[in-house]
Formats: sequence, C-alpha cells, structure tokens
Amino acid sequence: MSNSPTSKSSGENVASARAGARPATEKHAGRIERKFRALADAGELGLIAYITAGDPSLEASAKIIVAAAEAGADIIEIGVPFSDPVADGPIIQRASERALRSGTTLAGVLELVRNLRTRTDVPLVLFSYFNPLLQMGLEKFAEAAASAGADGALATDLTPEEAGEYRTALQGRGLDTIFLAAPTSTDERLARIAEASTGFLYLVSRTGVTGTREALPEGLPALARRIRKFTTLPIAVGFGISAPSHVSVLGGIADAAVVGSALVAEVEKAASPDAAAIAVAALVRVLKNAARSGISRRSNTLEIPAAE
Amino acid sequence: MTSAAPQSVPDSRGRYGPFGGRYVPETLVAPLEELERAYAEARADQSFQKELDDLFHNFAGRPTPLQFASRLTAQLAGPRIYLKREDLLHTGAHKINNALGQGLLALRMGKKRIIAETGAGQHGVATAAVAARLGLSCTIYMGTEDMERQRLNVFRMRLLGAEVTGVDSGSRTLKDAINEAMRDWVTNVRTSHYLLGSVLGAHPYPQIVRDFQKIIGEEAREQILRAEGRLPDHLFACVGGGSNAIGLFHAFLGDAKVKMLGVEAGGRGKSLGEHAARLAAAEGFAGARPGVLQGTYTYLLQTADGQISTTHSVSAGLDYPGVGPEHAWLAERGRVEYTAAGDGEAVEAARTLARIEGIVPALESAHAVAELIRRAPKMGKDEVVVLNLSGRGDKDMEILSRYV
Repeated sequence: MSNSPTSKSSGENVASARAGARPATEKHAGRIERKFRALADAGELGLIAYITAGDPSLEASAKIIVAAAEAGADIIEIGVPFSDPVADGPIIQRASERALRSGTTLAGVLELVRNLRTRTDVPLVLFSYFNPLLQMGLEKFAEAAASAGADGALATDLTPEEAGEYRTALQGRGLDTIFLAAPTSTDERLARIAEASTGFLYLVSRTGVTGTREALPEGLPALARRIRKFTTLPIAVGFGISAPSHVSVLGGIADAAVVGSALVAEVEKAASPDAAAIAVAALVRVLKNAARSGISRRSNTLEIPAAE
Repeated sequence: MTSAAPQSVPDSRGRYGPFGGRYVPETLVAPLEELERAYAEARADQSFQKELDDLFHNFAGRPTPLQFASRLTAQLAGPRIYLKREDLLHTGAHKINNALGQGLLALRMGKKRIIAETGAGQHGVATAAVAARLGLSCTIYMGTEDMERQRLNVFRMRLLGAEVTGVDSGSRTLKDAINEAMRDWVTNVRTSHYLLGSVLGAHPYPQIVRDFQKIIGEEAREQILRAEGRLPDHLFACVGGGSNAIGLFHAFLGDAKVKMLGVEAGGRGKSLGEHAARLAAAEGFAGARPGVLQGTYTYLLQTADGQISTTHSVSAGLDYPGVGPEHAWLAERGRVEYTAAGDGEAVEAARTLARIEGIVPALESAHAVAELIRRAPKMGKDEVVVLNLSGRGDKDMEILSRYV
C-alpha cells in the first residue's frame, strides 16, 4: 500500500472505495450521481459535453453551455484554460489560447459556474490542469467551486499519488474528484484510480491527446471490461470521441461519452457567440440522439464483469 | 552544515524536499514507471556502465580537461580560475553525456524511436548524434523562434538524420517544444522513448539526467585535487533547466566548504516576461513562485492565476520558465546561491573569454563567465574557482555578430 506523505486521506477513503455503491444515506447523492442513476434507469448512454471557458469570452461560454444543456447534454465539463495544455490536441490548444487572450482566469470561470447555476441544474465538472488550482490554493478553490455550484473537478495532470491534499479539500466540500484511467494503466493503478475517484471514472480511450478521430480504438471494449473489475462507478469514455457513429456504439461499453474537440471546433468556426450556441446545440442533439438510439447499456452483457 | 549526502534525494516518490514529483496525464505514468525500473536495473548492471564509459571515452571525448585559465586569472586579478571544458565534447556541449546514457536506456527498453525537445539546439544535436550512433530513429521538437536564432543547429540535426519539427505555439521556445514532445510521447508511448534534455520533468527524469551528468563534477573534483592539492572554494555554472550545473555541483554537495553559484538568465529587465530568473528572486526579478509545469513541482515564472509566463534570454538554452526541482531544493536550503546575469553582460563575457583565453563559449555558459567577471575582483587571490564551460559558442555566431 502507498505510504505517501501527500495521500493523507487514503485511510479514511478506503471505506468508500466502492464509492459508486455507497449507500445514499451516507450523504445526499450529488447531481452527478443522480444523473447517472437516471441514465441507468433509462438504459441510456450519457453525453458529456466539454466546452473551454472563456472561448471566446465567458459571456459566450454561458450561452453555449446553457444551449448544450438544453439540447440534451447530461453533464458539462467546463475547461479551465491553461497556458501549457500538454494533454490537448490543436483544437483545444487554440481554444485555450483564445480564452487566455480574452483574459479568462480561474476566478472568472468560477463566476461563470455561479452564473450557470442560476440558469440550469445540469451537473458541472471543472476540467483543469493542476497549476491554476494550486495557485488559487486547494482549500480556497474547493470552497469557491462548491459555493459556486460546481459538482466535481478533474485535473488532467494530477494522478492519485499526488492528489492527497486535493482529494481532502474537494471531497471535504462535497465535490466529486474524477481521475483519468488510460490504456497504459496497470491493474494496480486502475485499483488506485478507482479508489480515488468519486462521481465517475474518466477513461482515456487511446494513448494520445484530445482531438477528433475517424474511429474508436479497437482495444476499447477490452479496456472498459478491465476497468469494471475495479469499480462500480460509472465510466465515461473520452479523447477522440467526435462522431455520432462513435457515440452510438459506446452504449455497449461505457456509461457516458465525452465529446470535446468536436464541440470546441464548432465554437471556433462560428461567427458569433449566438451562432456558436446554435451550432453546439445542434451537434449535441445529433450526438444525444445517437446515444439514445445506439446500443443500450441495459441490453448489453458487456457490463457484467462476472462473464470473465 | 545542512549539506546532505549527495544520494539522499530524491526520495522514492521523486521528491527533493517539497519539490519534484510526478504530475502527468495518467497515460504517461506507466511508461515513467517502466523507465524508473529500467534505470534501476541499468544502474546495477556493470555492462551498462562499461558500455556508457566506452561511449563517453571514444565517442564523446571524455574526460574533458580542467584548464587553468591563466590569462583570465591575471586579467581579473582575483581567484585562480579553472574551466571545466565540457565545450570540447563531441557535438559541443555537456548535453551528449545525458543523451548517451538515455540512448542506451532506450535500447535496453527496446524503444526504437527517440523523441526530444531542444532550446538552443545543443541537446537536439547531441540526441541526433546519439540516435545515429545507436541506430535509433529520432524526432526533435524545437520552437520556431529558436529555429530562427539557432539555424546552424537545425541544419546539423537534419544532417545527422533527425527529423526536426517546428513548434509554433505559445512563446515558440523551449517550453513549447517540451509540450509538443510530451504530446508526441503520450501518443507513441509504446514505441518511443522521450529523451528529456535537462533535470526537469516528472520523476525519474531529474534524477536520471543528474546521474548521467554528475561525471562532470566527479572528474573536476579529481582534477582540481591533482592541480591544486585541495578542493575549490567556488563553483560557477549557468542554470537553465540546470543539468550542467547539477552535473558539476553534485560531486561536491557533501563538501560543506565548497560554495556554489548558479547563474540564471537576467535577460533584459526584471519585470515578468523580460528574464528567466526563477531562483534569483532576491535580486528583484518578478514572477517566481512554486507551481506545477511539465511534470514537476518547482519554481516557475507565472502570473498570479497560475498561467506560465513567457520568458526572455539572449541564450535559447536558458530561456525557460521553470528550473530543475533539485535546484529549487538546493536554493531553499541555501546550499547553492542563485543569481542572474543579463543579455548584455553575457555577450560581453563571451567576447572577453574569446579574446583572453581563445575560447568562444556558448551564450548559456557565458552567463556564468559574466558573473565570475563581476565577482572576481572582490575575491581573494588564494581562492580557487571552477567554472563549468558547458558549451561552445559556434552556434551563437549569428547572434554574437550582431553585437560585435
């Protein structure tokens, strides 16, 4: 077991390692948990829409996100722009540059969350690199994010080993901590990632950066099955999920699809914030239809790890 | 003295005090663990060290001389100055030490392709040469601004068979080249080794690069004992990421009486964006605070809300917003003093060394020379200085010609 100095919370969290199976009495089910329950009851694949905050302005992001939620996005990931997005491909890199040029800060993104919370009940997850959170201060960030109405956070370059204080701060404020699992993750690591995650687990579909791709990777179903051995949390698949045809087959593999670059590309192409909101909503509708009409979670045997 | 035994850092989690660690996207954790294992095995394997020693000696040209700079010593009328001549190495800088070590590691791991970033081009050239020597394919990422100011090195890398890919994002310098190299690595992680060129990045890179560079100080320690019959009073080295500095310092860290000075790039001003001084904050350089960039927790030049700042230096190799985590720890403990020399001082120091000693230093190394020139008159004549002349200035002729 890990004796890491920064994993101060690991002991107390072992009890809730199977966070997805956590009894509802332990705490009020958050928006994310309720959303995934509703999706499971409907036998429906969830759609998670990623939008870079502040691209091209925070006002525009508010419009785009509300439109995406109204069009059927089940969860919104709000990207906090960072100067050095090493996990992102060109589309989200450019979006981050536009957002930073327009003066977007983490404090501004949290204001955006507060604003959105008055207009929509859609679960909101902050998707950031670690440094902006660290510079704000993890306690301060957790308090501000929770009071603004965010439901969880994911830091792209933060693994469970380095996340002791982060988990304590966020979970202490009732925020879900979502971690990435990757095709290169060993079983030992998958267990650790599952233990550290609450809300859902984000499965990186392929080795690579974010971006639009032609096809899903061949090994994805096997990878998802491997992860199910370690968690009962919902699994969201992202990186390279860009087309309705990707989404329509994911229902047999995962609980939600994350679409980022394809939506951000619509924002980039649009002539105005209103046009961006319309274009993003249109693509969300197409993707959500594919999620509804594709292979159903309920009808598929892949979800039962006992088949191993 | 607080000086710890040299082998005491990093700890098993790659920490140098609070600094270092491993902050990467999950995809890269397994390959970093693989690298850590492969390195531990290689270290315990006599044949690995033997092969590396052979390449050091016959390919790179080790050991390098420790030259007594008699004319510079006379001119400055201060301490006795010795130059550790890493500039005489094959490909022109200390970078070849680490490139050879990691190249052999890549072979051990069965990786047939090398990815590297380069700022000044010295690490890129060294990596391209090593890849050619070891029969590996090689892709080098380089900011387009650096490609412009170090054109000769771009040509050299291509001549050596490397593919050089320009990076046009951000500040178009070393930081952005590292981002792009990391993106390539995360995509091709199963077949490629990322040959990081400085004591930066996620654990175990700062340790691996230090260990392959520490030969500089090991040789210098023996050489100065032979020449002077005693240890030096001061070590001088420039600090970008900090690999040549840690390479010189490491063998002396246990010698409490040896003072060490790391010289950063003071650039053209003290406001954020005008310099690359991360640890010399006491001198009024703005914007340095600990944070996480490109895998490690260390001092960074950044804005109040955690965006990494652009930097400026006349020397591409020092033009970077972060510094190796071990340097951050050495600075915090007060074991090494960090200061900065500006663009103009570095250029002037390069000219001085050229005319007085017949050596044209790289502009990076010239920063250390500049600080020595500034301090020497206040030092005693019985004091002994070892300065790491980490690279040669051939690549900088275009820039130097603009000032001459």
